[in-house]
This record gives sequence, structure tokens and C-alpha cells, in this order.
Amino acid sequence: MHVTSEKFQDNAKAAIDDDQLQAGLFIFGKIFPLLREATASKLPEFEALRDSARDIKIEALNNLGTYLEAFEDRVEEAGGRVHWARTAEEANTIVEQLCEESGGKDIIKSKSMVTEELELNDHLIGKGYNVVETDLGEYIIQLRNEKPFHIVGPALHLNAGQVSDTFYEAHQKYGRTERVEDKVKLVEEARIVLRERFKNADVGITGANFLVAETGQIVLVTNEGNADLTATLPKRHIVVTGIEKVVPTLDDLSVFLRILARSATGQDTSNYVSLYSGPRRARDADGPESFDVVLVDNGRTDMLGTPVEEMLRCIRCGACLNSCPVFTTVGGQSYGSVYSGPMGAVWTPALASVSSAAKLPNASSFCGKCEEVCPVRIPLPSMMRHWREKEFEAHLTPSGQRWGLGVWAWLGRHPSLYRAATSIAGMGLRLIAKGRRGRRFVTALPFIGRGWTQSRDLAAPAEPTFLSQYKEGRRR
Amino acid sequence: MTAQTSTTDKRIGLFATCLVNTMRPRVGFAALKLLEDAGYDVAVPADQTCCGQPNYNSGDRESTRSFARGFIRQFADYDYVVVPSGSCAAMVKVHYPKLFEDDEPEKTAINAIAERTYELVSFLTDVAGIDRVENAHATSVTYHDACSGLRELKIKQQPRTLLGSVDGLELKEMEDSDVCCGFGGLFCVKYPDVSGEMVRKKSEEVAKTGAEAVVTGDVGCLLNIEGALARRGDPTRAYHVAEVLAGFDKEDAS
Ligand code: SF4
Repeated sequence: MHVTSEKFQDNAKAAIDDDQLQAGLFIFGKIFPLLREATASKLPEFEALRDSARDIKIEALNNLGTYLEAFEDRVEEAGGRVHWARTAEEANTIVEQLCEESGGKDIIKSKSMVTEELELNDHLIGKGYNVVETDLGEYIIQLRNEKPFHIVGPALHLNAGQVSDTFYEAHQKYGRTERVEDKVKLVEEARIVLRERFKNADVGITGANFLVAETGQIVLVTNEGNADLTATLPKRHIVVTGIEKVVPTLDDLSVFLRILARSATGQDTSNYVSLYSGPRRARDADGPESFDVVLVDNGRTDMLGTPVEEMLRCIRCGACLNSCPVFTTVGGQSYGSVYSGPMGAVWTPALASVSSAAKLPNASSFCGKCEEVCPVRIPLPSMMRHWREKEFEAHLTPSGQRWGLGVWAWLGRHPSLYRAATSIAGMGLRLIAKGRRGRRFVTALPFIGRGWTQSRDLAAPAEPTFLSQYKEGRRR
Repeated sequence: MTAQTSTTDKRIGLFATCLVNTMRPRVGFAALKLLEDAGYDVAVPADQTCCGQPNYNSGDRESTRSFARGFIRQFADYDYVVVPSGSCAAMVKVHYPKLFEDDEPEKTAINAIAERTYELVSFLTDVAGIDRVENAHATSVTYHDACSGLRELKIKQQPRTLLGSVDGLELKEMEDSDVCCGFGGLFCVKYPDVSGEMVRKKSEEVAKTGAEAVVTGDVGCLLNIEGALARRGDPTRAYHVAEVLAGFDKEDAS
């Protein structure tokens, strides 16, 4: 997985200045959390369901091999095939071979974060295939060659004008030379263009929200319906998904179905919930001729048994993104990774590397709101802290910061020097502060303090340190 | 103080925290006053330093453990440790035990001290049983829920109850009072653009209430919001909740 997370700060600055993007963030930051709260509060057992969901995932992860093998057996019984991919390269090669078997070149896809993680599109396009994303949002960002803005709403940062420009340029080759600006008409146009792709596709690739071990079914939870067209119209259906998606039984699945849409978009349930198992049987009216599931590891088993194992419970609902004051300030693209927000700050170092993604787990004030809303109760701040520890252990922490922490720890071991240092700091601040309405503020700090005074003043202490005054006998 | 007028024989060690010690000493004296008024015998161990959060949140686990050991040495002998900060109290209460999970006998000592450590306002309400302070001030304030106190220690109603008991004080709730102000310790200087934007939004919410002051339970958040208000030329004051409860805010000319 390629990441450009080192540029987080620059990206963030640009995003903050982008009014259009900020309007999109408003939907995620304000509206989705309100909707989530409203639907959750109508369901008295919501909190209990979250506990069950967490426990089911713990059970599944503790016996991951067993459940995945059971899943494999059921898939094969239904006439499908399961392929195991250790790495992104393996996964891409497997999918390529499966596409080759089809003999055709036209591939349609329905949103799958895992294939984004694998960079499967680039791989297939490089091999001469035509790959078209069919979720409206994914389709738009594919045309624009961008990364998703949000795992649930990949193109919600764009306005109708921008989409209009994109379509106008991209659809001329289909004979659509008129510029369309109206939102409804834009959707209509996408539908017409995509309908042709659906009809002509040789292969349909989808992800999966869940895998049911008991039945060998893959589960798709969507709102647009295009995933079902992708899974049923082409002759071949390839499912590419992470190994952590398995749940033991259909009953277990029902728990997740009750919390996923509520957490993601505040809907009681999403528009479509589809379960697929195996290729078309003789008595079926429709369905693909072949059904292949590619189970992707790509770093996941390495997380087992480590402090970030709990991240494997993630059901990609996006609730942590919507609740995150950092995400809703900077948007998904600032993270330079397929996965953004709090979940991305934990997934990205695990799937890419600590060194390339260190900016992400550090980009958190540890406010804890993500953990509060995560439907499977992943302690996201602790996981981010774990990556910071790994960064520190590997001496990747910026040297100035490392030095400062060392000095601070040393002062901690020498209380009299700590008292002296804090006294001097206080005096220094009083010295450089300027008076304003009876109070004194520092407006420009040097060194690391520049980050503070860039956007705010610092009220200087009005008196000597507490400890020194206490020592001199002041009590009140 | 109502519920607690008799003196208790319990001894409290006050952990001032770095930011109170250096940036807002008056909060320490306000805490002393509130705890003594509640009938406790309060002392301030002289060799206290930092709880270790800057190191802990930067991934420097080993130094954090040495801060924790220093903390035990200073506070082991007190019945309670009280902290005028949700985040430093949560550091001791919630995070210290995680640092010594596999180390007996230190683990026992850490767990014991974690259990006896409280954030100031919740200590006053939940342990001392106080539901009002004797104090009158005709003013209006808006309360910002500092994150650690709110989410790690479940402090939400306690400060509002006590603020509500100040005669003449009007509490004007802001929108998103529970959304982070963008301080986050070193976060605010490592990600100044993001932090600056977060506190800009926060100071806007504060301003919208028209309250005379914003009140919160952590000096970090307080300095952050106060600094952002000052930068935009907004005269709204910022206080630690202890300053208001102890009536120290009245000393300031508005
Ligand atoms: S970490 Fe939790 S809240 Fe975030 S996407 Fe995953 S399941 Fe949803």
C-alpha cells in the first residue's frame, strides 16, 4: 500500500482553506453524528448490541483459522472457489488470473476498500483491462483520479459543478456532448453510462462487508444497488476481501446488520443487504457462472497477538471519522492513505509501515470521541499510542521532540531543578508578555512554541509558580 | 458548603500539575480553598513534578514509568490525591495501571494510588458529597467539557451542579461543548494548523453564547481557548472551574 502521509500537515493546511471541502465535512461532522444518535437512541438495546458485536469479533479472531476454513468448505460445497493471498501482490496476481480465465477485458467493480488497499485497479489497468467503479462516488473519484474523501462517502467533498465538469470531459466519448449541471440529471447520466458497462462486463468484482462461516455466504451492505448488479450480471463474480471479515453464524451477522447502518449513516438499515453463495445453480433465474473469493491477509495476521489486534474488529462504518474533530477539520485526502481518520491512523501503519505513516497516529488530540462511537468498541486512542510507542522505540520520533522529552523526564527525576525550570519559564513568559485590557499575553513564541502563537496568544502567568508560593507560606 | 461541614480526618495530597504550577497558580490556591472548606486536611508535597503525559503520549513509555514512580513517592501516604485537571487525574487513574500490568509489586502500589486519585470537582461532589458552594457572583459562563475528564472520568454533570449553585451565576450552554478544543498536549504545537482551526471553531461557539466567561476543568484547554479568544480580540474571559467556584474570578476587573 502506497501512502503519502508525510505530507499530512501540508494537505491539512490546504484542506482547511478549501471552503468547498469544508462544506462536505460539515455533512460528516454535523449531520451524520446527529442521525446516528437519533437512530441509536430509538433502539434501547443499541449499547448491548455493540457489546455483542465486539464479543463476536473477538471469538472470530481468536479462532480465525477455524472459521475461515469452515467458510472455505461451505463456499466449495456451493460450487465456488476460495483463494488465499498473503500479500497485495499475490492477491492482485490471483485476480488477474481469474480475469484472464474469463477471456474478456471489461471489469466492473463495486466499492471495495480492500481493492483500494491492494491498488488492484492500477494493476489490472496496467495489464490492459478496462476497470470501471460503479458506486457513484467511487466512479466520480476514479474519473478524477483521486483517493476517497471518506470511506462511506468517497466523493462528498465535491459539488455539482465539479462533478459536472468531470462528467462533461469523461463522457464525450460516449456521445454525451451536452453539459449537465442539475444534480438529478447528473445521477441520471451516470446511470445511463454505467448501465452500458454493466451489460458488457465480463467480470464483476465486489468486496464483502462480512463472510459467514456457517453458510459460506458473502454479505454486501449497500445503498445504491450497483453492487448487486456487479455481483449478478457478469459471467464471473470475484469477491476480494480481508480475512478479518468472517463472522461465525447468520445469527451473529444479524447483530452487525443492526449496528452497521446505524453507525455509518444513521439509517435503521441500508437499502440493500445481499447474501451471495456460489455460482448460479441450474434452477436459479440469474447469477454468475463462477464465484471466486480472494481472502486477503496483507499484514492482518501480523496484527494478531499484538496490541493492535483489536483493530481487526473494524467493520468500516466510518463512525469514528465522523466523530473525529481532526478528520472533520481536514478530510480524508489529507491522510494520504486509503484509510483515514482514527481507523486509518491505526490501519495505515499496520498495512504500510510505521515510518511512512507516523504522521497519522500522531495527528490526534486523544479526545476519545472515536472510541465512544465505535460500534465494536475499538480503543482507537490506545492503538494510536501504540504506534507512537513503536515510532519512539525505532527512533523515528523527530530528534528535537525526542531531546525535549528526555530533558523533561530528567527534570521529572530532579524536583528541585523542575521547580527552578518552571519558575524560569514563568518569569520568561511574564517578561515577554504584553499588556492588554489588564491582562498580559504573549503573542509570539520561539521554537516549538511558534505553533502555539501561530493561531492564538498565550496568557502569561500572573504570579510566581504555585509550588514556590506555597513553599513561602501562601495558602489561599 | 452544605453536605460536609464537619472536619474529616482524611488527608489529601494536592497534585497541582505542571500547567497550574507554571501558568495558572491561582487554580492551585482555589483547589486548596475548596478542599479545606470541605473539611479536609490538605498538603502539597514539595517534590511533585509532572504526571508524565507528554512522554506517555509521545510513545516514551519508559520515562513515563519513572514519572509514575516519582508520583508514588510523593503521594503514597495520603488518603486521597486530588488533581485540578481531568487529564492528569485520568493519567494516574486510568493509564498508570496499564504501565505496570506485569510488574509486581509496583503494580499493587500503582493500582492503590490510582484508586485514591480524583479530579477536583468530581471529588467534591462524588466523594465529599458537596452539592453547592457558598458563593455569589452575578455573571454568566459557558462550560467546555475537557475531553479526558469527560470521557475517561465521566465528568459532565458535576461541574454544572456546582456552578449552578453559585448565587446569580447563569450557565449558558454552548453548542458542541463536548467537542475537543484542539489542545491535546503536544498535538497543538505539532499540528498547529489543525489545532488552530479546532480552537477557532471552539472560540466561535463560546462567543455565540454571549457568556462573560468560558469555564473548563483543565488549564491546557483553558489556555488554548483563552488564547484563541484573545487573538480574535474577544474580551470573553477564561477560567478554571475551581477559580469560579472559589470566587477568585471576582478579583479580576472585567
Ligand atoms: S474503527 Fe470502529 S468506528 Fe471506525 S470504522 Fe472501524 S468499526 Fe467503524
